[in-house]
Amino acid sequence: MRILLMGNPNVGKSVVFSRLTGTSVVVSNYPGTTVEFTKGTAKIGKKRVDVIDVPGTYTLEPTSRAEEVAVEMLEDGDVVINIVDATNLERNLYLTLQLLEKKVPVIVALNLSDEAKHKGITIDVKKLEKLLNVPVVPTVATTGEGIKKLVSRLSKAKAHAYKHTDEQRWEKIGKIIGDVQTVVHRHHTFRETLADATVKPITGIPVAIGIIALMFIVIIFIGEGLIAIFFDPAFEAYEPIAMKMSEALGSGGFLHNILIGNLINGGIEFTQSMGLLTTGIFVPFAMVLPYIFAFYLVLGFLEDSGYLPRLGVLADNGMHRVGMHGLGIVPMLLGLGCNVPGVLSSRILETRRQRFIALTLMGIAVPCMAQLAIIVGLVGPYGVGSLAIVFATLFVVWVVIGLLLNKVLAGESPEMFTEIPPYRMPYWRATLKKLWMRIRHFLTTAIPFVLLGVLLVNILYTLGIIDFIGDIASPVVVGLLGLPPAAAGALIIGLLRKDVAVGMLIPLGLSMQQLVVAAVVLAMYFPCVATFAVFIRELGIKDTVKSTLIMIVMAMLVGTILRFVLGG
Amino acid sequence: MRKLLVELKAGESGIVVDITGGFGFQRRLATLGIRIGKKVRMITAQPFRGPIVVGVGGGDVAIGRGMAMKVLVEVPE
Repeated sequence: MRILLMGNPNVGKSVVFSRLTGTSVVVSNYPGTTVEFTKGTAKIGKKRVDVIDVPGTYTLEPTSRAEEVAVEMLEDGDVVINIVDATNLERNLYLTLQLLEKKVPVIVALNLSDEAKHKGITIDVKKLEKLLNVPVVPTVATTGEGIKKLVSRLSKAKAHAYKHTDEQRWEKIGKIIGDVQTVVHRHHTFRETLADATVKPITGIPVAIGIIALMFIVIIFIGEGLIAIFFDPAFEAYEPIAMKMSEALGSGGFLHNILIGNLINGGIEFTQSMGLLTTGIFVPFAMVLPYIFAFYLVLGFLEDSGYLPRLGVLADNGMHRVGMHGLGIVPMLLGLGCNVPGVLSSRILETRRQRFIALTLMGIAVPCMAQLAIIVGLVGPYGVGSLAIVFATLFVVWVVIGLLLNKVLAGESPEMFTEIPPYRMPYWRATLKKLWMRIRHFLTTAIPFVLLGVLLVNILYTLGIIDFIGDIASPVVVGLLGLPPAAAGALIIGLLRKDVAVGMLIPLGLSMQQLVVAAVVLAMYFPCVATFAVFIRELGIKDTVKSTLIMIVMAMLVGTILRFVLGG
Repeated sequence: MRKLLVELKAGESGIVVDITGGFGFQRRLATLGIRIGKKVRMITAQPFRGPIVVGVGGGDVAIGRGMAMKVLVEVPE
């Protein structure tokens, strides 16, 4: 059996989902699209059933790809749990009525019923049940209230095949609302006052700057803390074991090089040795994972609290100049964690033109946590000033290319039209579940590529291919960028995974200026392979090639300019 | 008095009386609660022709200025 959770966005659908399902949750893409959905299993009675968290939709007359997917998924659902926001019954019932036209059994979860009470809204559930002629169960998903009852009444779900025109739907909704809902006027709560204040420019912009600054401080604090408290000691403890393995492998030879890598001054340097069992696991676990964890923890909190759409409103003006609208800030922020989910979330933008700009800007100038780890690893030792040069360069590139693309590409960006949800305390279980899914995604996609990268470096070195490529690329790498020919190897491996390239650049003994150039070029010239693959899915081959060409050309241009400006 | 949705002052409310634009546009606005007969309250308008935020039904909606120009509201004197 297959249960579909359907409802408007921001009604607590994922909270109901995490209440119903266990830990075996997978995120998949709907075939042929970049639209993601989450699937899990629930135990109902003695049976295991599939539960699918369908992308949020306001209507079954699809206005976006995500909504189209929602409609298609309806075809293979056995029961629909329609999650309805009790604080906004009228708008939510529109989807409910449409579902009741689809001959699929429906049960309604009247969620957020505690919030409705707070707002002075009373809903006569019995009457609503009678008027809709399907079971209606009030729930407070965050506390679990009503979920058991929802499950126990699942078998009573009822299918209808009503036929309504649009006008008839609204008419019917109006009647239902008049019959079941009473609203007592309440004064603005603190949360509502806060909601208004954070979207008004005078108060909202300083708050937004503060929140973003705080976000990065917290990420760095947690990331560094995890490294100092956990990952550094863990790898210190691991080092003697790795050395023993190195001795057992004879301290040299092909197999030793692949597994342990080069010994530096007779010992293992986790960042540079370039063995599968040294750098191959050190980079993803001890350099990138702590920041991935910290980043998604903070971002998940921001997402689930309802803040991001407000940031979108405040940023709308600026985002329009670079060819998007305010909500484009969401994929950009997500891309800071990993560009892959960043690309997937770009469907929040309606047109292809907007998505092309968003993806190109993301690929060029939004460094993911792995890239950030490299930038900090390479340039960090030279102090905040050098880091500032790298980030300021990326930011300027982001703005300039955005302005240019907006000028050059035909078409306009549509205006923003979105719901601004009320602030809600994130439900920790749903937020943690999302965090876990994102970390799992990082572990399963990044680690194979890191290992492959390390393996490839060793093979290419042994075969002399890296030196060969270095010779061919030297007009660009040496002539334009002012880097030693060996840096070409790092750029080649960077195609696969940027973080592996660090270990290849560190031993070259580059100057601060050269490191800045290398870090900027590495960040800009190409997204990693995994991101490239989702680019193709989202944009198609032709536009992906176009976007990549822009990246390569701009990377070389900016790298060359930086080189001469810095006088490296 | 009738005015455009964009012309409401912060805190001012009005009833939607007309929406110019095609059926698709009207339906799109309706999905977020902006329909003829509904009460809307201006929360804030972003400067430099940025979007406006209005309260409607149980929630808030951000809507671009161009779209909000097509919505006519009746404000009680």
